[in-house]
Amino acid sequence: MDHKQLRELEEKCTQGLPPACTTTCPVHVDVKSFLAEMKAGRFDGAMKILRKALLFPGIISRICDHPCQAACKRREAGDAVSIAALEKTCVRMSSIPPERISILTKKDKRVAVAGGGLSGLTAAFDLATKGYSVVLFESKDRLGGSIWDIPEEILPRDVILEETAVVANLGVEIRFNATVGENLSLTDLCRDFDAVYLGAGRYSQDTFNLQTSREGRILIDPVTFSTSQEGVFAGGGLRTGREYSPVLSHSDGKRAAKSIDRYLQKVSLYASREDEGPYQSRLFTSTKGVEPLSAVVPADPVQGYTREEAIQEAGRCLQCECLECVKACEYLAHFKGYPRKYLRDINHNLKMVMGAHTANKMINSCSLCGLCEEICPNNLNMGEVCKNSREIMVKKGKMPPSPHDFPLRDMQFSNGEMFALARPEPGQESSKHLFFPGCQLSASSPEYIVKTYSDLRKKLTGGVGLMLRCCGAPADWAGRKEHFLEARQEIVRLWNEMGKPCFILACSSCYQVFQNHLPEIEIVSLWEVMDRLGLPDVSTGKAGAGKVAVHDACTTRQEKHVHDSVRRILGRLGYEVEELEYSREKTECCGYGGLMSFANPELVRKVIDRRIKESETDYVAYCAMCRDKFASRGKRTFHLLDLIYGGGNSHLAEKKDPGYSQRHENRARLKDKLLKEIWGEKVEKAQGFAAIKLDIDDELKAVMEERLILVEDVQRVIDYAERTGNKLYNKDTGHFMAYHRPVSVTYWVEYSPRGDGFAIHNAYSHRMQIVGEVEK
Amino acid sequence: MSGQMNKIEKQSWQCCKCKIPMSPGNVKITYLGNDFTIELLKCPQCGLTLVPEDLAVRKMLEVEQSLEDK
Repeated sequence: MDHKQLRELEEKCTQGLPPACTTTCPVHVDVKSFLAEMKAGRFDGAMKILRKALLFPGIISRICDHPCQAACKRREAGDAVSIAALEKTCVRMSSIPPERISILTKKDKRVAVAGGGLSGLTAAFDLATKGYSVVLFESKDRLGGSIWDIPEEILPRDVILEETAVVANLGVEIRFNATVGENLSLTDLCRDFDAVYLGAGRYSQDTFNLQTSREGRILIDPVTFSTSQEGVFAGGGLRTGREYSPVLSHSDGKRAAKSIDRYLQKVSLYASREDEGPYQSRLFTSTKGVEPLSAVVPADPVQGYTREEAIQEAGRCLQCECLECVKACEYLAHFKGYPRKYLRDINHNLKMVMGAHTANKMINSCSLCGLCEEICPNNLNMGEVCKNSREIMVKKGKMPPSPHDFPLRDMQFSNGEMFALARPEPGQESSKHLFFPGCQLSASSPEYIVKTYSDLRKKLTGGVGLMLRCCGAPADWAGRKEHFLEARQEIVRLWNEMGKPCFILACSSCYQVFQNHLPEIEIVSLWEVMDRLGLPDVSTGKAGAGKVAVHDACTTRQEKHVHDSVRRILGRLGYEVEELEYSREKTECCGYGGLMSFANPELVRKVIDRRIKESETDYVAYCAMCRDKFASRGKRTFHLLDLIYGGGNSHLAEKKDPGYSQRHENRARLKDKLLKEIWGEKVEKAQGFAAIKLDIDDELKAVMEERLILVEDVQRVIDYAERTGNKLYNKDTGHFMAYHRPVSVTYWVEYSPRGDGFAIHNAYSHRMQIVGEVEK
Repeated sequence: MSGQMNKIEKQSWQCCKCKIPMSPGNVKITYLGNDFTIELLKCPQCGLTLVPEDLAVRKMLEVEQSLEDK
């Protein structure tokens, strides 16, 4: 993923792009902001917005042919917003005087503008402000051209006179009764001026000896408004003919002036002009759930809207924006932006060498769940971007160490001697299948692993091996490619050694890792196996067992067969299934995915709270971390195995997350239990620091959990302090204080001897290293 | 990271090995290649130091995080 690809991805996000009303308007009036000001009753503010796009707001607003209204999204829920009527109201009611027009330094080039209609006036206006000497030739004795044909009650004459007079005030020399082709030749103009704009109006039949189309109209380049003769440009009614539109003429004048400026400055006429004039908006806006509303009808149609009516009508504007993914994802909402902006921030973050990498936290906070891709009309996946970014940061040595250190050490624990195990079924030489429960289910509910393994051996022939270890998901999520590949390699080695069995996976994250990175290994979800082979005898289904709302795991988002199996199992167990608003391929992450909980604990609480509020019904999850996360915030949540092996006992839905220390303990004990009970092996008792007995109260346990300090970290500190004597003593309290830095974190423990162990009074840590600290 | 001494509670800690009370002194600390000198309680004889909880979980954490994003 390079900077160019990031820029391309940015284009997928349409949030912040101009809405259809603006892109349909030839001069791109910022209608959305205009209507927001009108809605707020700030008519002067609205007028300022009109003036940004309209050089003659009093005229254009009164006669505009309003192509914006046909494109208005409101039409999908009621009538289009009456933009034209609101503009009329605005120019009528606002009394704010126009701002001073600044003119650039005078240039030595002269431009002739033929025609004092809207396009000619506009071109003359723009060119004069750019510093050119402009002479405007008008065939009649007044400025405005065909707008004088419009009835006075629509366009008052004083408005025409007042606004067209501005052009002369800018220093444009105006010659009346001068018609090009009659008392003035184009050849003369070309000789006397550096460039010419022809805006002779829609009634002009003259083609000035320029190249014409088959229909006999002057050939005008649609992008640059140049004609066949160099230095001669044309637009307005001359170009549009019978399809005349005042606002289009206004736009033509502006665009031609831009070309003339470029021509005289000798720069490209074509570069970066894609979004000029009317174009199709790319902004996606959903009108789902928008209450249909009809247009406000003015009580006095001749006079138009009153102030109150205008405010009410402007209030119907949807203020078009996409934000579909932001509405669905707490993470994307948390950083107060949207993908287009985030991609820019990420690009900047990755490019930057020196300075604060302010997007680090945002990159590391994503759960990588992929919901955004499902929601986005253009399938933009921010998870992929964040994961790729993490890999780049690791490669460049720019990944902050703290967010992923703990989960990576947890993974190391699971793949170390305390937990890792790979055995064929006792009495079987080869393994047709292999049960891979994963590290988190083994840590949350070790008792179910023993039961499940026993049932699988009963139901499947050909040998069911067992493998306890971590699939490598934490390294994958952390962007540690090499680290992950090491873990992958070990799994493949063991798989080969065991005769290439089909892996039965109980964890959704493992399932995703195997599917994405271990294609050589055949896999099946435990839920599919149970669905196919039938449920264990203990789980007798009883109709009317109750209702549960299924929370699908985000890592099996695309695995419809897994979703179906889970629901069939629930049906067989007698449960009525409630579908959450976000379920199956649109499910949400519980907050564990992508290591979000280590990078951004504050966000995780918001993610969980949002998810658990979707229904009052008890949840059922089939991923141990989802269950524990929801339960940790007080949502009654079962694991599917609680319903299969636990009989759906109510208290199981309230079981607390065991906590990081107990998770290690549970894994280690599970391994010992399986070795003893299934393979009949003698298990040695814990020795060294692990044998140190600790007394820690619940309050401190919670603090340690938050600070990511494990019981074994505390045991190591005490072991070290007692062994070396490197400790402090407080004679007032009788407490000892010691610190130890096993690898990259310094742990401090305040303790005192109690019975045959130690009472722990406090524990904290820091990553900074005390230089010259005493030996380990 | 200056002025930390104000935050250190005047607790009566002493070094177990040297059997002498801790006293304020300069200590060098480092993170990701950045060195700092701060005043901490330390054993005047063997140099064993005390980083108080408040310093570790607030100011130190703050500095660690800003250095990580540099």
